[in-house]
Amino acid sequence: MGFEDWAAEPLNWVFLAVALATTISGLRVVTSPNVVHAALFLVAALAGTAAIFLLLAAEFLAWVLVLVYIGAVIVLFLFGIMITRAPTGRDEAEVDHQRRLPAVLVSAALFALLSWGLLSQWGDTTLDRVTAGTPTSVLAEGLLGRFVFPFEVVGFVLLAALVGGITIARRDLSPAEEKERESR
Amino acid sequence: MSPWLALAIWLVVVATIIPVMGMAIGYAEMKISAHMQSRIGPYFAGGRFGWAQLIADGVKFFQKEDLVPDNADRPVYKMAPVLVMVGTVGLFVVIPFGPGLTPQNLDLGIFYALAISSIGTIGVLMAGWSSGNKYSLMGGLRAAGQLIAYELPLVLAVVGVVILAGTMSLDGIVQAQISWFSEAGWSLGMPFVIVQAVGLGVFFIASLAELSRIPFDMPIAESELVMGYLTEYSGFRFLFFFLAEFANMFTLSAIAATLFLGGYWVPGVPDSILQFVGPLVLLGKIALFIFVSIWVRWTFPRFREDQLQTLAWKWLVPISLANIIVTGVLKVVL
Repeated sequence: MGFEDWAAEPLNWVFLAVALATTISGLRVVTSPNVVHAALFLVAALAGTAAIFLLLAAEFLAWVLVLVYIGAVIVLFLFGIMITRAPTGRDEAEVDHQRRLPAVLVSAALFALLSWGLLSQWGDTTLDRVTAGTPTSVLAEGLLGRFVFPFEVVGFVLLAALVGGITIARRDLSPAEEKERESR
Repeated sequence: MSPWLALAIWLVVVATIIPVMGMAIGYAEMKISAHMQSRIGPYFAGGRFGWAQLIADGVKFFQKEDLVPDNADRPVYKMAPVLVMVGTVGLFVVIPFGPGLTPQNLDLGIFYALAISSIGTIGVLMAGWSSGNKYSLMGGLRAAGQLIAYELPLVLAVVGVVILAGTMSLDGIVQAQISWFSEAGWSLGMPFVIVQAVGLGVFFIASLAELSRIPFDMPIAESELVMGYLTEYSGFRFLFFFLAEFANMFTLSAIAATLFLGGYWVPGVPDSILQFVGPLVLLGKIALFIFVSIWVRWTFPRFREDQLQTLAWKWLVPISLANIIVTGVLKVVL
């Protein structure tokens, strides 16, 4: 596909803008000196990812990303950051660390691995043009029909992780505290 | 019509509807509150009934200086009201105002609505943190804790309706209520409130909490936090938060009316008439919800923070889960 074909399709420009914004905010997440700003750039990066899903006509996935990650996970991140320490302006504490080279190596290796996997599997495949999103009922039938077993297994693992998390975080009350709680 | 022209028209429509609706709800709130307290409410501005009071207030906000505190984190502080507004305006996309009058009938309808409205929480946290003020930060944290706690029952209360209707599209949910019992030749509608009264109760309580209205207004408790996360905002940006709150009240009531009261539908009126009357019917049902929430405001005292969390986690979540189970079982059995 030549550049002229590429430029004639408005969706390509949308994709370019979204992809650039997502990449830049992703970079700012790790380079931003203020930890709250980093979390907010993560919001932007996730919103960009949701937009890319929308461009791929994966509506359900896009809005799941918004509801679960932007609406709940990041809010809990911010909540946790703000409840412990949250100076406005320049953060005095060292958020960054000096091991940049290993970090660059690891991310480059991960990028290479993912691209290699994708390219070797689907390198020459051309997808049909999608004009409408998958109806949610089709998605639900797949998830609760053909793939119901893996789905339930994932649910079970998550439940186990949840119970484990509560067990680790939980602190048994001393008898005096127990009495105080009951008297309230 | 070119897409740009359509976009421009939609922008103008939304930019007119939100302030007008905000003013209407604000005026109703002033007057109804006043009468519930045996007062008379605004009286002087605009002659009889003080109808111009809200316009005067709006103009006053426009004139005020747009202050940014020295300690504030400027870009975040300025972005926060915009983000709160995005969460509200996005909701208008899926509300069915009449047969064929849905701005965009998404297959995901109600799921999209819940997802887009959860963006506002980030805006509230941003506002609280970036003001560089202890009261604001406390208010922002309280708001976030409350919004997370009540988002869950809000989502779960909707599931019962989705199970009954068999679709998440808001238009589809209205259609399901219109033709609930349908035999050859005739059909009898049923608003879902009849079988989902529990769901409506949970949804209504949770939406009051999502709006931080009394009795759930711990985040902006005046007696202890000045104005919570709104403390440092002034002028136009304050107006933005204010309008977003009223617009959110409107949209959440519209969604409640659509899910549980049959939306734009009135029994016995054919589609051809509903096309014109539908929006008015929906407005009537919205007005009902707004009246009840103003009524609740002057009936219940403010919840304490722990009572608030107890209500969400120990009462509303289990009740809505039980509602889902019962609805699911009955749907399969019957």
